[in-house]
Amino acid sequence: MSELRIVNLHVNVNGREILKGVNLTIHKGEIHALMGPNGTGKSTLAYTLMGHPSYEVTEGEVWYKGQNILELEADQRAHLGLFLAFQYPVAIPGVSVANFLRAAINARRRIANPEDKGIPIPEFRKELKKVMDLLKVDHSFASRYLNDGFSGGEKKRAEIIQMAMLKPEIAIMDETDSGLDIDALRIVSEGVNALRGPNLGVLIITHYQRILNYIKPDYVHIMMDGRIVESGGPDLALHLEEHGYDWLKNKIEMTF
Amino acid sequence: MATPVVVTKKRREELLESPQFPFTERDLPIWAQDGDIPEALKEYHLRAWGLFQTIPMPSLTDEAWRRTDIRGLKASELTLYPVLQKRSLRPPRDLLKPLVGKKHGGQVVLVPAHAATVSVDEEWQKKGVIFTDLKTARKHHAEFLLSTLGQIVRPEEGKFAALAAAFAEDGVVLYIPSGVRLKAPLHSVIWSPGVRLARFTRLLIWLDDDSELTFVHEMASPDQGEGQSFHAGIVEIHVGKGAHLTFVEMQSWGRDVWNFTHERARVERDGTLDWIFGSVGSQLTKTFMEIDLIGEGATGKMSGFYFTDGDQHLDHDTQQNHLAPHTTSDLLFKGALQDRSRSVWQGMIYVAPGAQKTDGYQANRNLTLSPYARADSIPGLEIMANDVRCTHGATVGKIDEEQLFYLLSRGISRNEAIRLIVEGFFEPIMERVPYGGVRQRFRTAIKQKIE
Ligand SMILES: Nc1ncnc2c1ncn2[C@@H]1O[C@H](COP(=O)(O)OP(=O)(O)OP(=O)(O)O)[C@@H](O)[C@H]1O
Ligand SMILES: [Mg+2]
Repeated sequence: MSELRIVNLHVNVNGREILKGVNLTIHKGEIHALMGPNGTGKSTLAYTLMGHPSYEVTEGEVWYKGQNILELEADQRAHLGLFLAFQYPVAIPGVSVANFLRAAINARRRIANPEDKGIPIPEFRKELKKVMDLLKVDHSFASRYLNDGFSGGEKKRAEIIQMAMLKPEIAIMDETDSGLDIDALRIVSEGVNALRGPNLGVLIITHYQRILNYIKPDYVHIMMDGRIVESGGPDLALHLEEHGYDWLKNKIEMTF
Repeated sequence: MATPVVVTKKRREELLESPQFPFTERDLPIWAQDGDIPEALKEYHLRAWGLFQTIPMPSLTDEAWRRTDIRGLKASELTLYPVLQKRSLRPPRDLLKPLVGKKHGGQVVLVPAHAATVSVDEEWQKKGVIFTDLKTARKHHAEFLLSTLGQIVRPEEGKFAALAAAFAEDGVVLYIPSGVRLKAPLHSVIWSPGVRLARFTRLLIWLDDDSELTFVHEMASPDQGEGQSFHAGIVEIHVGKGAHLTFVEMQSWGRDVWNFTHERARVERDGTLDWIFGSVGSQLTKTFMEIDLIGEGATGKMSGFYFTDGDQHLDHDTQQNHLAPHTTSDLLFKGALQDRSRSVWQGMIYVAPGAQKTDGYQANRNLTLSPYARADSIPGLEIMANDVRCTHGATVGKIDEEQLFYLLSRGISRNEAIRLIVEGFFEPIMERVPYGGVRQRFRTAIKQKIE
């Protein structure tokens, strides 16, 4: 029972229905890609899974580890093992990457064991250096303020650094590839691949086939107008690259 | 049947009376017969007492007091001689800890109704440094005191300046002779236990030319939970030509304290003052802080933070006076507010006629953590010269929901996330604090507020 199961999810934003019945199950060890035109609700799905307060669930459930996680606060979902790599990471001026990560790691440790004294600093430093090396960022990165004045590419790397440090079980990556140059895309992808394993399920939201060359998905889904309208294997992404979304238009109309 | 009295809102306001202090001339600290008090000083106290009686009590119609209502002060219940519990007399150990490095160059600790504890490195004493309490200075350094005390802040400046000048015999006196550069910092602590205590203190810091000093001054008292207590203080600072002073000031008065201070630093040619200020305590505070840059090339920097909660009301009134050409001032005050608390910052940069090529900056940033908290931020410029650069900014904002969600999504609890955001907000002030120990003290104060 360690899969994430999204059942008939309907979500409103500012009173407008954006998700109109999404069904999707992600098992650990699997990599799913989610593609679709701009504004169809991919980020809405990502934020809703993580528990952003602006997204109002009107119907449906999301099951994980025997709980409907829609009833949980964002921090509780993180404790269960959920992680969202943001499409637009938020700057927290005055809070260093290292301090923030330590707070996040210690928060988890205290949930597991209220007596926990927090991760020993040398252990934390060692781990962080290892991860920064993996993502090929300078060690001075640790003392910079979180996402504050980061370039687009640095922000995306910072997201993956966090993912590597926090070791989630279900990771949602919202357009982690956009804004990355070719080298950075390769580095970030290698970073994600290094985390791959039987204990990690991933949902990669992307517009481009390119990242899927590096991170091979098991399944590809296409979202249009708030629903998943097509699912398939890696070939589906290649097909999209060639033909665009036009051939799917009639699928949406059929569902009305 | 008696006619019913309609109590309108206005009427109720009128019922609040302005504070009445119970003190008389006999209470002035100048009648001791031991001959320790120079005649000129006695006259100074008497003159200040006279001024106190003639200056009207500040009210909401005075420009500087428009946002700070002091009619809730029960001045008539205050006493100069409170009952003191012996164990309350020792300041908490944290306050006595050296904040810079491992060792102080000297420390003065003042508690009510007791002799001061003074320690100062002998080496410095030999070089002519004076670092002692006011009573001792009155006895052993009368000449120095008479030529300096009361020059920078005058009792005429306000009701509470006059009151403090009349009653303060407690305080810290610090003199650094020309050319002496103190490596180790000096530290003083004013600790004020005592229910309904009226405390009056002075601080005099005098740096002669080309001297250098770091000084940490703390004012604190326990939360006593009954009655109101009171502090009025005067802080006078002289930074001579080419001298450099780093002055760290921290007020963490108990919640029963109504605190009023007049503070001014005068900086001469090529002198620099780095004034760092933390304000977290008291029920109500009204502080006037001024820097007078009186010689060419003088520089004054003020960095302050305040953090309020409950129904605290902290009012900081700052003034950067450019009175000579080529002077530089730089002020950054940041405040966070919780619950129903309130802050006022009113800042003014004044550039005198002829003070060309001056560079003045002021910024005040506020973060309200509760919809009921209120921060007033009023910057001001008054520029009488034409070749100057002066800029200012003031903002009041709330915790950003997107920041909060980002931190929550990493498993950080809401309280912890708010703490991180607030600490990050204050970080630009911490970066201006030159010492790890002081930063740590400030951070602890912030942490305690959030918990
Ligand atoms: N917080 C919000 N406030 C207002 N409108 C929103 C918000 N979030 C999403 N929307 C709206 O919901 C719709 C879906 O947006 P969403 O960001 O989920 O699309 P997307 O599929 O991620 O698009 P893209 O590929 O451009 O990232 C859009 O019309 C968008 O304007
Ligand atoms: Mg999106």
